[in-house]
Amino acid sequence: MSSIKIINEKCTGCGLCLGVCPPGAITLADRKAVIDLDKCTLCGVCIGSCKFNAIKILRQAIIKEDLSGYKGVWVFAEQRQGVIAGVVFELLTKAKQLADSLGTYVGAVLLGSKIEDKADQLIHRGADKVFVVDCAVLENYIAENYTLAIVGLVNKYKPQIILAGATTTGRSLVSRIAVNLYTGLTADCTGLDIDKDRKILVQTRPAFGGNIMAQIISPNFRPQMATVRHKVMPEAEEDLSRSGEIIKELFDENKQDKRLKFLDFVKEAISTVNLAEADIIVSGGRGLQAAENFKLVEDLAQVLGAAVGSSRACVDSGWIPYSHQVGQTGRTVCPKVYIACGISGQIQHLVGMQSSKVIIAINKDPDAPIFRIANYGIVGDVFKVLPLLTKKLKEALRSRNTANV
Amino acid sequence: MNIVVCIKQVPDTTDVKIDSETNTLIREGVEAVINPFDMYAIEEGVRIRERFGGKVTAITMGPPQAQDVLKEAISMGVDEGIHLCDKVFAGSDTWSTSLILAKALEKICDSSTSATDLVICGKQASDGDTAQVGPGIASHLNLPQATYVRRIDTVHMDTCPRIIVVERLLEEGYELLELQLPALITVVKEINEPRLPSLRGKMRARTAKIPVWTNSDLGIDEDQIGLGGSPTQVVKIFTPPQKGGGQIFKGDPEEVVSRLVEEIKDLF
Repeated sequence: MSSIKIINEKCTGCGLCLGVCPPGAITLADRKAVIDLDKCTLCGVCIGSCKFNAIKILRQAIIKEDLSGYKGVWVFAEQRQGVIAGVVFELLTKAKQLADSLGTYVGAVLLGSKIEDKADQLIHRGADKVFVVDCAVLENYIAENYTLAIVGLVNKYKPQIILAGATTTGRSLVSRIAVNLYTGLTADCTGLDIDKDRKILVQTRPAFGGNIMAQIISPNFRPQMATVRHKVMPEAEEDLSRSGEIIKELFDENKQDKRLKFLDFVKEAISTVNLAEADIIVSGGRGLQAAENFKLVEDLAQVLGAAVGSSRACVDSGWIPYSHQVGQTGRTVCPKVYIACGISGQIQHLVGMQSSKVIIAINKDPDAPIFRIANYGIVGDVFKVLPLLTKKLKEALRSRNTANV
Repeated sequence: MNIVVCIKQVPDTTDVKIDSETNTLIREGVEAVINPFDMYAIEEGVRIRERFGGKVTAITMGPPQAQDVLKEAISMGVDEGIHLCDKVFAGSDTWSTSLILAKALEKICDSSTSATDLVICGKQASDGDTAQVGPGIASHLNLPQATYVRRIDTVHMDTCPRIIVVERLLEEGYELLELQLPALITVVKEINEPRLPSLRGKMRARTAKIPVWTNSDLGIDEDQIGLGGSPTQVVKIFTPPQKGGGQIFKGDPEEVVSRLVEEIKDLF
């Protein structure tokens, strides 16, 4: 059985680990940390907090099988109605880096109905092989049928790594696949690298709402699977001269799961920009005071080609639909630029957006927590500042575009 | 309709304070609560039972103190709770956790006269944020799944098998799915507004006996659970690079906006 222990010779009794332990399982006795093993969940957060390497997890190791037969870095080419999701092209960038350092190929898995002609797009963006399963049953995403198709491909071609976008579809699908394959899966990665000595995938992801980062490996299981957040890497450039192999596989319609039926897809969003995929998000909070004032946020979003986000308060007040909510009970986003307008920055909001690359905040309260994580901020009245910002940014962008002509 | 709700105890982030010097979380003295998304799962389970009859059972895996979330679920109207608690479960990743919960669900079915119709989970837990355990349970049990459910449109009780139609929230809208029961759904906040515990519920929770199931009840191969049996391993935990020290402008709106635009215009 695995366990955890304090190395008493190294423990200085500093108490740092007491404060970080999520289940509160650590106490001090005789100026040494003591872990209550009944309360401990072996989550490992304390190990990251210890400056003296005084906490050690003892892991009982299991070796499953010979793993050397697994080759290739695969990307799940998520598509809806024949349009490949933007995140797939980002994943291809990463897959290429990983495949290069492992000396293997990049594969893409494309499932759907009458989608074979999309395989070239994936080759142009970096796939060496595209595995296509084209079947009417796979027209719409049904987790059970997609699992069946992909598990079949994996068992036949044995990839060493599979990446999928951390989308509502990607996260749900690959969770099912990983259990089916009995292999490790890491959610919502923001960093992926190869440990060159062990030739394994090192996955970095935020946990506890982005307040800590964890590095995760699955050394004894294949394929190593991860979902990856949007905007972690740039989209792979299109190269029309690239060539690759298209491998077609059949889906046995008799095996389809008939317990679940797709009935309809209903599009529903105020702005035309998808929040999860957006490079830029303009978000409004309680400081907007009324539903009609969201127009100020939408105006700026329009000038920047941005998506519209919201804090929980506005959704609860019925000013904007839930699908726009950013934060703990809404969506987690990490765009290049996040502009928070009239959002004070409660911890529940911050955990949903603090991984954004650049954060710009407008708030009348100079002590608002949002300013603590902001790269730029204006302390002022959102009703005065926001329209001015929209106007001046519009002018600045227009003069730059004219200059470029 | 027999429903099982899978819930988790997590640190309460509303309680969390940020150390203004190091910008890190201060977790000391933080209350443990039901994962926020699981509140919607509990509420939905109770609402379905109120409409169609049956029973709602809440299960949780966790250390002894996690029993509190089962008591709270009972105070909100859940009929009974089962606590999966064993040191060999500690350190389980999502693969192993979903196996343990799946085995418990099987045992609930075996030990009850009527089978479970619907398993409800919150869309994800607020500490791990993986959203992997719900679909993982469905996969272990080979149940049809619908994740990110924001509404149960219809429940057909008189068909055989029974059928539900749900709205599944996506990035750009939603899809309508029809599922045969038994099935597993994970729910988002939009689905309902959880009730506060009633006085009667609180009384019931206080006296409720919560069975504790260990691995000797579930009989899972120890090579498949806990830290050692989990396919994934955490090798390092660290605090992300700190933000802060940003440029904050104050003063005349015209002037500060101009200065900000100068700084940020090249970002777009």
